[in-house]
Amino acid sequence: MSGEKILEINNMHVHYGSIHAIHGINLHINRGEIVTILGSNGAGKTTTLHTISGLLQPSEGEISFKGQSIKNLEAHKIVAQGMAHSPEGRMVFPDLTVKENLEMGAYLRNDKDQIAKDFRYMFDLFPRLEERKSQLAGTLSGGEQQMLAIARAYMSKPELLLLDEPSLGIAPILVQAIFSAIKEINEKQKMTILLVEQNAYAALKIAHRGYVLTTGEISMQGAAKDLISNEEIRKAYLGH
Amino acid sequence: MQDIQFFFYDLLQFLVNGLSQGSIYALVALGYTMVYGIIKLINFAHGEFYMIGAFIGLYVCEYFLKINLSPTTALLLGLPVAMIGSGVVAVIVEKLVYRPIRGHGRISALITALGASLFFQYLGQGTVGAEPKAFPTLISGDGIEFFDGNVFISNIQMIIMAITVSLMIFLWWLVNKTRIGKAMRATSFNKNAAELMGINTDRIISFTFFLGASLAGAAGVLVGMYYNTAEPMMGLIPGLKAFIAAVLGGIGIIPGAFLGGITLGIAENLVVGFWISTYRDAVAFAILIIILLVKPAGLLGKNVKEKV
Ligand SMILES: Nc1ncnc2c1ncn2[C@@H]1O[C@H](COP(=O)(O)OP(=O)(O)OP(=O)(O)O)[C@@H](O)[C@H]1O
Ligand SMILES: [Mg+2]
Repeated sequence: MSGEKILEINNMHVHYGSIHAIHGINLHINRGEIVTILGSNGAGKTTTLHTISGLLQPSEGEISFKGQSIKNLEAHKIVAQGMAHSPEGRMVFPDLTVKENLEMGAYLRNDKDQIAKDFRYMFDLFPRLEERKSQLAGTLSGGEQQMLAIARAYMSKPELLLLDEPSLGIAPILVQAIFSAIKEINEKQKMTILLVEQNAYAALKIAHRGYVLTTGEISMQGAAKDLISNEEIRKAYLGH
Repeated sequence: MQDIQFFFYDLLQFLVNGLSQGSIYALVALGYTMVYGIIKLINFAHGEFYMIGAFIGLYVCEYFLKINLSPTTALLLGLPVAMIGSGVVAVIVEKLVYRPIRGHGRISALITALGASLFFQYLGQGTVGAEPKAFPTLISGDGIEFFDGNVFISNIQMIIMAITVSLMIFLWWLVNKTRIGKAMRATSFNKNAAELMGINTDRIISFTFFLGASLAGAAGVLVGMYYNTAEPMMGLIPGLKAFIAAVLGGIGIIPGAFLGGITLGIAENLVVGFWISTYRDAVAFAILIIILLVKPAGLLGKNVKEKV
């Protein structure tokens, strides 16, 4: 881990009209890490990711990516700077094929040869996607769509990859496959990952560090191995 | 026997008329449906882009004839100029009028669109005047007769259909085969998801307005040629009918606009031809009511499942 802070958030507040969803959070991600944000329904995890990737604007505070403020940039410009976001609910393009979805992920790229290699890599990582590459994404199962959403975000070859609840509504066996793929992307491709999850156990097993978000505030943070053995976390998220 | 034969000739003739009329509806309906598909706005000013296209075509073609270009050249140059002109007007309208109220609810958007529509109708009356202006004659010759002159296709009808088909093929290619077309499809599925691919969705929305209005502008020129006139209110009824055609085919669905336009054109001409000619405009509204009762999603529409 090089120690460079790839993302830094200071005192970020987010409002939906009069609803105050995020109450001044601070967090950072070092290059090369997998950092997870845990929290229950409505804690503000998705809101936080949307604000980082530019789909929402913070009402207060600072967000910097690779040392530069991205606070008021539009989402597509943040993608161009090297961040990708696989959104909650997957949002794959249902009327496009698997292959076309992946091409959309590489929308801003021109390096044909490297794109072809990244296709290869994603198909090796998720063989189901290769088997179904000419199938419309809308006809995939939930788990396959999740793989596609992650692969599509990967195809922009980001420096920072944001993943919003990849385990949501997916059979346990696929969750396993998806989380080991995430881990492999981090280790082999040195890609930094911010992983939002409710499945605390699965997330903490692959993450380096974690934050716990409770009604818009960070209530706990630390190394993943400490969090996983923490009594409160065990009670709240691990069910024992 | 004779009766059946003449019935058959009539039927063919009404189908021909319906196809050429329906082509016009289809061209206008496409813009409605594309804009709706991408920002869920029913752009009631869309008929005015058709009117603006007709006037640009009228003045530009008049000028080309004045500098002694042949009528065919005048049409071949005037048509793209009118299309681009309408498209540019639509881009400006989107930027100045629709973009600022985006996200303020559908009712505000609808009222704003009605306002924009009235603005252009009155602007037209205030500048070129309310009286119809003569559209220059660009197509010479009559047409082709079939079955001993019992069925007739005029040259203008053939040109209308040929231009419509070419534009449809071009649009199909653009939407399905090009990068910007895929970006349009992505944006109309979900604007946020498209942004996350690095797509500048504001630019895609502008482009969609441009494309839709330029097709409407082309229709305006073709109708100007067909009736030899253009006037500031000419967009009103065709605009409404094209909207109905878009709903009939399934609003937001591009092939639906084509199907809806052609179907409406043919239905109108059959009713007018075989039944009562004063029902022409009533046909469209009857179709609207029936489709809303029977299949509100339109002919090609799927019953929408709620997004999870
Ligand atoms: N578009 C919106 N308008 C108003 N309030 C919203 C909106 N989106 C989210 N909220 C509110 O903001 C809070 C945080 O929501 P958010 O979606 O970020 O939670 P989350 O942690 O991602 O939850 P989940 O695990 O269910 O996805 C919730 O109280 C929610 O009701
Ligand atoms: Mg969420």
